[in-house]
Amino acid sequence: MVPIPYYLVLAALLFSIGIGAFLIKRNIITVFMSIELMLNAVNLTFVAFSHVHRAVQGQIFVFFVMVVAAAEAAVGLAIIIAIFRARQTLDVDSINLMKN
Amino acid sequence: MLQTMSNNLLALLPEYILTVTGVVIMLLEPVLPAHRSRRPLGWVSIAGMAAAIGVSFWQLQLGIMTAFSNSVRVDSYSVFFQVVIGLTAVATLLSSLHFFDGPKSNAGEFYVLVCFGTVGMMLMSCSTELLMVFVGLEISSIATYIMAGFRKNQASSTESSLKYFLLGSFATAFFLYGIALTFGATGSTNLSVIAGALSSTQTPVLAILAVAMIIIGIGFKVSAAPFHVWTPDVYQGAPAPVVGFMSTAPKAAAFAVLLRILFSGYAVYEPRWQSLLAIISVLSMCIGNLGALSQRDVKRMLAYSSIAHAGYLIAAFTALPTDGIAAAAFYSASYAATNVGAFIVISMVSGREERLRSGEDYTGLALRHPGLAAAFSFFLLSMIGIPFTAGFFGKFYVFTAVMQTGHTKLAIIGLLNSGVACFYYLRLIVRMYSRQGAVAAFTAEQSTARLPSSQQVGFVETHAIEAGRDVPALLALAGALMATLWLGVAPGRVLSLAQTAAVATAPVGTATQHTAYDPAALR
Repeated sequence: MVPIPYYLVLAALLFSIGIGAFLIKRNIITVFMSIELMLNAVNLTFVAFSHVHRAVQGQIFVFFVMVVAAAEAAVGLAIIIAIFRARQTLDVDSINLMKN
Repeated sequence: MLQTMSNNLLALLPEYILTVTGVVIMLLEPVLPAHRSRRPLGWVSIAGMAAAIGVSFWQLQLGIMTAFSNSVRVDSYSVFFQVVIGLTAVATLLSSLHFFDGPKSNAGEFYVLVCFGTVGMMLMSCSTELLMVFVGLEISSIATYIMAGFRKNQASSTESSLKYFLLGSFATAFFLYGIALTFGATGSTNLSVIAGALSSTQTPVLAILAVAMIIIGIGFKVSAAPFHVWTPDVYQGAPAPVVGFMSTAPKAAAFAVLLRILFSGYAVYEPRWQSLLAIISVLSMCIGNLGALSQRDVKRMLAYSSIAHAGYLIAAFTALPTDGIAAAAFYSASYAATNVGAFIVISMVSGREERLRSGEDYTGLALRHPGLAAAFSFFLLSMIGIPFTAGFFGKFYVFTAVMQTGHTKLAIIGLLNSGVACFYYLRLIVRMYSRQGAVAAFTAEQSTARLPSSQQVGFVETHAIEAGRDVPALLALAGALMATLWLGVAPGRVLSLAQTAAVATAPVGTATQHTAYDPAALR
């Protein structure tokens, strides 16, 4: 049986990797994936704490996060397609029409 | 059984009405012939919104109601924010009837999105369970992401939508992580249980980390510095009525959530999060006002100004619970009235294509549209905080509450910032009323008119005529003007509502305050 803190540390690591990738990566799809990584780190945290407290709320929360993440992905990918149609690029650095 | 069922129905009645309205519009939209105007659908959404506001107001008479096993709490606090959000949405819908009208505008979908987004915001302001808060936050956010990119064929609009979406989801992840850590520290996601469990938690570090994460997440949503980077680009690129909506209603909802989480859930840790919020407040005020000084685009300038206003509002969090919540609620109402009005003027001046948007385009506006210029000046004066406008009493209550708690430095920084803010607002007003500038702008327009490629003057003229006929938008503008004036001349009624709202939501906070700081109890 793996001790609970391991899961929490793993989740924190995944969350940090997500933040790092969000800030460093230059492709919009990869940036979007790093957000999904952060959300899944949160899910892992919820499940781990749910086990600690013997409370089922944490696991229920995970389902809500999954559903909302799916809805967000639908909208997000639509926006990304709109951007790609307008610009023919997915490079974050070239999405800079609005600089003074 | 029947009692709980009717309670559940009553508590979320405004949300149900709006959801049904949205679904009805979605069903009507494909039935209407493609070439027909979508205005009737807009009126349907306005009717639904008015009904929702009316029901929400009526809920006041039912007293405090809890529903869905204590995850929804309808009290004067939730009603206050729901009415503010609803009125903002009505003004937005009225002003967008003409703005989004036309072939291939997809206006029907826009009305649906406003309805659904408002459902999310209303849910946020009445939920006492973090799961409900999260669902409400996402409903409102996803709707606003789409609305920001509503002019699909315009590159700056999709760009604005993308930036809003990426940074918004990033913030959601932080907010969620905060909830997860809260759950870890307390074993619950219900605010009243959290408040009880936190006072005896064995993992205070986890709880402090959790509250910091929640503040970061909401900080992004309300565009407080240092989480403000998305604001200027998003506000510049999104359609003007949408900006008017998303700079006020989602922010009011996010502040409602933050006030509730901090003052009733995390009341035990008040000293800790207060010092964090004081720093965020000072940063937002300074970065917002200094950033606005150098902006040429009017929407971009108002984006920086909204960062500064978030800073003023956050300052109220450092006051005592009841004073602070009342001041923050009043401020969000006054800011909503002012900012929605300002963006209605911008959308009327610039039109759907939004070609007129830099400060120079507003030169001599008073000669072309004296009424619009006067209204815009009034809103800008309200943002400065001149007496007889809503902004004055908003700032007044916030800073008195802050002073009474003894955070004199914060109040002084805020007042200095208001002085700096005067400069860029007044510069725009002076520009609108300058005759010399008007002549220069007129000749410039003349010279561009001679260029065959530019149809700017023709566009300006036709749009000006259209704007004059745009009765619904003028109605919304008049409403915003009257609200701004009313809050500035006779703030008593709204303030007393804000105070009852504060008392309704702060009982846990005030109770811990008294036990913690009452000298008699220590003896």
